[in-house]
Order: sequence, then structure tokens, then C-alpha cells
Amino acid sequence: MNAFQTSLILAFAFLAVFAEAALDAPRHWLGAQVDLLPGLMVFTALNAGLPTIAMLAIFGGLWFDTLSANPLGISILPLLAIGWPVYLRRDLILRDLPFAQLVLGAAASAAMPLVTILMLLSGSQEPLIGWGSLWQLIVMTAGGAAATPLIFALMNWCNHALGYQVRTETSFRLDREIQRSRKKL
Amino acid sequence: MFKQKNYFALGAVIVVAVLILSLPASATTRLKFAISSWFLPLFGLADTAQRLPADLADTVLPRRELLQQIAKLRNENQQLKEQQFQTAAFARENEQLRTSLNWRKQTPWKLKLANVVTRDPANWWRTIDIDLGSRDGISNNLPVLTASGLVGRISSVDKASAKVVLIGDPNCRVSALVENAARDTGVLLASGPLDTSLVQLTYLASSANLKSGQNVVTSGLGGIFPKGIPIGQIVDARSVEFGLYTEARVKLNANLGSLEQVWVLFP
Repeated sequence: MNAFQTSLILAFAFLAVFAEAALDAPRHWLGAQVDLLPGLMVFTALNAGLPTIAMLAIFGGLWFDTLSANPLGISILPLLAIGWPVYLRRDLILRDLPFAQLVLGAAASAAMPLVTILMLLSGSQEPLIGWGSLWQLIVMTAGGAAATPLIFALMNWCNHALGYQVRTETSFRLDREIQRSRKKL
Repeated sequence: MFKQKNYFALGAVIVVAVLILSLPASATTRLKFAISSWFLPLFGLADTAQRLPADLADTVLPRRELLQQIAKLRNENQQLKEQQFQTAAFARENEQLRTSLNWRKQTPWKLKLANVVTRDPANWWRTIDIDLGSRDGISNNLPVLTASGLVGRISSVDKASAKVVLIGDPNCRVSALVENAARDTGVLLASGPLDTSLVQLTYLASSANLKSGQNVVTSGLGGIFPKGIPIGQIVDARSVEFGLYTEARVKLNANLGSLEQVWVLFP
């Protein structure tokens, strides 16, 4: 992971938060807005180092809280709580399988609102929750699960198209080529 | 398994989060607006993108349709002028009566139009951001409405934008009055996270005689919302807490799900 990829992840997080605030279609059709940050955190935890995870948790959380009525900084720890365990177990996860991405995206998208609401309630805040919140949680989980493989595909494509590619070394060397000829050397 | 650098990154995130969460409310509000200013170029782009299809449609609108619209608007304008004359006559009469009874004069409402810029990305709050701020004279707790009825109140203000907390959010409680014979008053609270068109009118008297379709307006109690702003209509009512008080569901006049422009009401 290099600085370009970290910048790409942060740029995606910025645009994702803006899109969640500006685009109202999922709320109209499904009754809840889908959060893309958990899926992005799963991608980051599987493909980047802990400093990038830390930066995504801080900046992504701050950007989300800025456009929301959440207390500033409340989304940082839930994002970190998603990224850290995935990072610790990433050697055991088949990250290239879409099914694994889907399951991790679903778990992260379900955990993020739950942890945030728990923190809000413990901080004497009064969020709008009720039986309808269960439907919202289902929509967020399903939406986040569906979005995660797409995030993986998009980020991998961006890395491939825009990022620096490692040059592949071949065993062929011009100076050691065997010259075949009838001429005597 | 864990390098020292990793411990540092993890610790840094926790320290930053705790520090930001422990900041005083005024500092976090300023910090929020400072960070939200990063999004300003995107708001402009989004606004242009949203207007582009409408502008394109305007350029290809046939002349006949435009003429029809002009004729319709002229007709409406004529009707509104007649209504204005009638309202002016009522206002004069009202003023004379107030003077004769020695009542305090009513100040007319001053309204400012604002565009809705964003909605809350979190599903557990009901807020919107508008493009008017302190430089336009906006301050905290000013009522916000549409032509159909009350929408909410200003909850925080920056130079160029303000956050509006909508009716139905737990942080927006409105004292409301039912337009029936008894003029029953209650408090509007959130009803549920899914349906934005329904709110709960609670703490009504147990003897309240509520019927479906009765109008609900602001009562003027509480000092934030002036009296008489339309809110919605009663849907149904039920007695709660073993008959201690009555609760009713109110269908809001304003469509909170598709707000594009709102009016901010100045005192």
C-alpha cells in the first residue's frame, strides 16, 4: 500500500459521505440511507496498513458526523472497531472471493449503526429509534453487503488504472542470449 | 504480531476520538462547520447537476406550451391580486379592532427563502442543511416552514449555512393546538423512524374530543414558534396511561421527505 492508495481511499470516503447526504433516493424507496463507509473500511483493513485504517476511521468519521446531527467524533470508534478485527484476521480471510466480501460487508454494515447508537445512548443522546429501526438496520446491512464487492471492484480497478504497477522481472537477459550460427566465432 | 507503529496508530485514533468527543459544544459546532466547508464545492456541483435536466427541458419546451403557461399564470396572478385586496381589507379591519380594544399590534411575518443543501446521512436523526447562515441574519431557534406548514427550527448556524432540525426528530418538540371547540393543546413528539409524514401529538387532556381531520396548528407556547402556523391534521387518537392523557397521530401538511426549498421565519 502506498500514499496514492491511501489518498484514493480517503477521496472515496469523502465522496461517499457527500453522496449519502446529497442523494435521497435510497431513503425514498427503502426508508433508510445505505452507509458505504463500513464496506470501504473492510476493503482498507484487508488491503492497507493500520495507519491507513486509522486515517480512514478519523477522517471518515469526522466527515460523516459533520454532515449529520451526531456529536462530532462519535463515528470514529465504530469505524475503528470494524477495521481493527478484520485487519488482525486478514491472513485467514479469502479476500478475493466476492462471497467473503459480501459477508464481511454485511457484518460491518450491521455493526456500525449498532455501535454508534449504543455510544449515543450511553452519552445521554436521544436518537430516533423504534421498531422501524429494525427495517432500517436490515436495509443498511443488505445495502452495505451489496455495496462491498462493488467497492472492492472499483478500488482495485482504480489502483490498477491509476496506481503505480510493479514491473515484472523476466529471466530473459540479452547479454546471455545463446547465439546460434554456422559462423565460427 | 503487532509492530510498535501499529500500536501508535491505534492509540492515536482512540486519543483523537476521545479528545474530539470531550470538546465543549461551542468548539465542536465551530469545528463541524469548518469541516463541512470542505464539501462546499461539491454542493455547488450537485446543485448544477440537479438543475441541468430542468434547464435542458426548458430549452426544448414548445412555444404553444409556454403561451399556455403564461395564460394560466396571468389568470392565477389576477386571482391572487383579488385575494390580496380582500386580505388587506381584513388586515385594516383587524388593526382597527385591535386599536379599539387596546390590544398589542401583530407584527407581520418576515420570511426568507432557503435551498435545502443536504440531508442527515444518519438514519436516526431528522435534520437538513440550508444555504442561509448568520450572514443572512439567521440565528438559532428560528422557525422553518413551507407553504403547506411547519417544518422545524434552526438548531445551529454557520456563516453560510444552517442546520434545521425537523418535526419528528427527538430534538424538535413543538407545542401544538387542535382547532376544535375546546382548543386542546399538546406537545408534538417523534412517532417512528420510518414514516416522516406522521408525528405523535401527546399530553392532550384525557377529555379531549378529537376527530379525524381536525387541524393542528402551533399554540405559540414555548416562545419559539409563533401561534397559528399550520402543522397538520389529526389521523386518530387513543387514551394512554390508563386514561391519564390522550395521544393522537398527526399527518403533517409539509412533505418532509422531499423538501427542496423552505422559508425561514424571522420574528
